[in-house]
Amino acid sequence: MESFVETPRTFASLRAGIESGTTSASSLAAAYYDRIAEINPRLNVYLSLTRDRALAQAERVDALAAKGDPLPPLAGIPVGIKDVMVMQGAPATAGSKILKGYMPPYDATAVSRLEAAGAVLLGKLNCDEFAMGSSNENSAYGPVRNPVDTDRVPGGSSGGSAAAVAANMAVATLGSDTGGSIRQPASFCGVVGVLPTWSRVSRYGLIAFASSLDRIGPFAANVRDAATMLGVIAGYDPKDATSSVAPVPDFAAESDKPVEGLRIGIPAEYFAEGLDPEVRAAIETGIASLKAAGCTIKPVSLPSTKYAIPTYYLVATAEASANLARFDGVRYGYRSPNSDTLSAMYSHSRDEGFGAEVKRRILLGTYALSAGYYDAYYGKAQQVRRLLAEEFLRAFAEVDAIVTPTAPTAAFKLGEKTGDPLAMYLADIYTVTASLAGICGVTVPCGQTSAGLPVGMQVLGSHLQEGTAFRVARAVEAAQA
Amino acid sequence: MTAKVTVKQVERVAELAHLELTPEETGAMLHDLNAILDYVAELNELDTAGVAPLAQVTELLEAAGGGLRTDAVLESLDRSKVLAEAPETNGVFFKVPKVMDR
Repeated sequence: MESFVETPRTFASLRAGIESGTTSASSLAAAYYDRIAEINPRLNVYLSLTRDRALAQAERVDALAAKGDPLPPLAGIPVGIKDVMVMQGAPATAGSKILKGYMPPYDATAVSRLEAAGAVLLGKLNCDEFAMGSSNENSAYGPVRNPVDTDRVPGGSSGGSAAAVAANMAVATLGSDTGGSIRQPASFCGVVGVLPTWSRVSRYGLIAFASSLDRIGPFAANVRDAATMLGVIAGYDPKDATSSVAPVPDFAAESDKPVEGLRIGIPAEYFAEGLDPEVRAAIETGIASLKAAGCTIKPVSLPSTKYAIPTYYLVATAEASANLARFDGVRYGYRSPNSDTLSAMYSHSRDEGFGAEVKRRILLGTYALSAGYYDAYYGKAQQVRRLLAEEFLRAFAEVDAIVTPTAPTAAFKLGEKTGDPLAMYLADIYTVTASLAGICGVTVPCGQTSAGLPVGMQVLGSHLQEGTAFRVARAVEAAQA
Repeated sequence: MTAKVTVKQVERVAELAHLELTPEETGAMLHDLNAILDYVAELNELDTAGVAPLAQVTELLEAAGGGLRTDAVLESLDRSKVLAEAPETNGVFFKVPKVMDR
């Protein structure tokens, strides 16, 4: 095992350096490309680099700083983008062979908003194919390794996004979360990851997996910087009709508020059988620190929790089977040369282009939606989804935030779960509930196991209450220092 | 809801999804689908009579989406840039293999 952990500097200190001229956006970008060149061969975090675009942006930031003009909020901050979002100048692969070589002709809204705020976009980050996976082992371009211990997985599907921050190969990154794909890798790599409320961030330019669940969110080394990133990418976008028109608060300022008097809910269902005792101990210590900071700790009941994984895997695969119908060898990406009719071209291109997990999910979703089975599977899952969401809303009438472990274990070893899809799905047992309910959450580092592996606490907030989740996460973070 | 999937059903679902599986893939998928469907059968324990399905969460959010956009002509992506990414075109349309064997 090797370790590549290095904590990035804060946004505030980088900004002060660029403003005062002690550093520059250009030299910062160059330093990050040097580090990437040095350690990416060991970690496989970046799939492609956008050096020209990054250096041009860095020069623009440096020109502003030289003139003494006010700098935008992310001026010169080197960031990486999960390769499920489109970004001009880099191939968009979604971790799949079927999109190999595709150069997107536009930018995702979250990407263009980061750049408009001064961020320097370093490149695209490895992930599970079409964001389907919990270990990053489903990427067609090879697994990412956990910077804490290279024998272990970084989590998934946004494994590259989490590992990049943990190894200081970017100061912050964007990931996507459908069933836990931001929160779980943040936990495994020891960084902060944010699941915004569904609809908070535009999905325009996000390659769709399950549209009623998909969300874009940030990773950073600390809660305040993650809150700043979310503030930049959040808010209504005319290009995504489902994006929320709710005003976007100053999340960083929200995160600064004290937690005294906040009511914190603890659901017993998340501390039951299957939870690693060391993870439990770390989370209980985190809860004690919230109590010490003046929070009221209350038990809450979320009795349908055990039905969340089956519900999620029916809903998500049904939506995926529809969304992934667009990959047919006609408009972009891979077309099989081994076919002389349209129908054969579709089937061959898809069979040769998709990996095993993507096929498994397409088949499960197609089955759950097919005539004769729709009511028993997809219909039933949608009903249970309502029960799960209503339980959360009832709980949030009594508490301001709910805290749980993010995952039942710390990072597992590469290859440990690849032979058993169900065992892999259970890695998402504490994260899929918030996905189904549409609520928000933050994973914040909260201690470690005796082997030195990071443990993440999941702080859940009600719809559009990211500010409260950030406040609680800040308090947990402060107690770690 | 505890129906065992057969090889024939896997082949039929693959056909619906335009996936041409090898015999080895069909065998592996048969095993995995049955394991997963056995597991999701747990949902039958819950009485959901009278519960309205929740397809997505917009109805639960206080501030929903921006509604329908105005019906106005806006700029689209440049055709040549879009077609440049396609496996085969004639410069105006996407080209595909023949639809039917004659």
